[in-house]
Amino acid sequence: MKDMLLQVEPLIPALRRYARALVRHRANADDLVQDCLERAVGRWYQRRDGDVRAWLFTILHNLAVNQFRQSAARGRHVPIDEINEDKFGEAAAQEQKLMYRDVLNKLARLPDDQRAVLLFVAVEDLSYADAAKVLNIPVGTVMSRLSRARERLHQEIEGSSDETTKNVVTLRSAEK
Amino acid sequence: MNHRPITEDDLHAYVDRVLEPERQADVAAYLGDHPDVAKRVAAFTDQRYLLRTALAPIAEEPLPPELDLSRMIEQRARRPFAIRWAIAAMLLLFIGGAGGWVTRGALQVSPGGLLALAQEAAASYNVYAPDRIRPVEVRASDSAQLVQWVSDRLHRPVKIPDLAASGYRLMGGRLVATQQGPTAMFMYDDDHGSRLVLLTRPMSSTDQNKPMTPQSQGDVRGFAWADDGVGYSLVGQAAPEALRPIANEVRRQAGLI
Repeated sequence: MKDMLLQVEPLIPALRRYARALVRHRANADDLVQDCLERAVGRWYQRRDGDVRAWLFTILHNLAVNQFRQSAARGRHVPIDEINEDKFGEAAAQEQKLMYRDVLNKLARLPDDQRAVLLFVAVEDLSYADAAKVLNIPVGTVMSRLSRARERLHQEIEGSSDETTKNVVTLRSAEK
Repeated sequence: MNHRPITEDDLHAYVDRVLEPERQADVAAYLGDHPDVAKRVAAFTDQRYLLRTALAPIAEEPLPPELDLSRMIEQRARRPFAIRWAIAAMLLLFIGGAGGWVTRGALQVSPGGLLALAQEAAASYNVYAPDRIRPVEVRASDSAQLVQWVSDRLHRPVKIPDLAASGYRLMGGRLVATQQGPTAMFMYDDDHGSRLVLLTRPMSSTDQNKPMTPQSQGDVRGFAWADDGVGYSLVGQAAPEALRPIANEVRRQAGLI
């Protein structure tokens, strides 16, 4: 089990990051990671040869999907955002924080399957082939979901900046 | 000019920096000629950067205590304790009932020791080898599954020795209960239907390394030994002269893990 500790422990931060990006809520995300790790401990000797990281992400992703399905079936409200802000901070840091929050909110509006692909590829650095394996879909589907996710997120970001420009224009015209 | 047309997939691979250097250069040249596409690709690159930086702090947070992996591993190893003791008690009753052990002067059997393992092997032989219906739970045809199962329960990789050179084929195996917890049992037979049983499990603190010693109970004979904290006992009804080279072969193969 020592090899497991050596191989799995360094990956826990990335698992938390993925879980949090997916479910947004800190405690729920960590519950998922804990569940994932417990399963990994139990199945360590059953895993096939291959990338440990992809294996762990597979377990985690499947747990998350199951949870989504269950809460959808129950019609339970899933907490979307957890506000966890420092009380004070420099204005610039605050602004940046708002920008990050904004992009994460927009990410949350993507369909689940597109969001998962984008996170695996763009944030977790999984190869397209590994992402396909984790999600149990063909590589072609990974590519098309990635493309749609990027387009959509791009439009969301563009759309909101258009709105800002619009507001400025309105203000200016009101000044006249 | 490049020969292969630039695809949408190329653009994403460019953003994710996973293209071969040559192709990367092709895409860069293409983007130079197509400012509209370049703008889109730049937006994707920004987006990628934004997502990474927005999510980076999560990976830097200190891990909460419930995600302590070493503790999880420890707890898992300890969990089946109560069950183990219940099984152990039953097994002791069983062995007591079966009785008749002729031990080499040692009446006190240390539960984690080699002698206990030899007794367990003989008990397993007496129960499972004469069984005509289900001597093994997982057949040799599913040996990969068998290996996974017992390795998982023993918390260590277990290899099934190949005894074909000695004239014995693997029939399959199962998990048996011993006082020390789950133990792997493998059964072999030869062309005459004579069967061998091999038991293996981690040893307790005593008898971590023990030389090969002959054991017998009635007409069930065999050899037991321990290497690097793992104990083995091979038993059957063949003559000790026939069993010893097979035991040596098992030991040799186990050392190759």
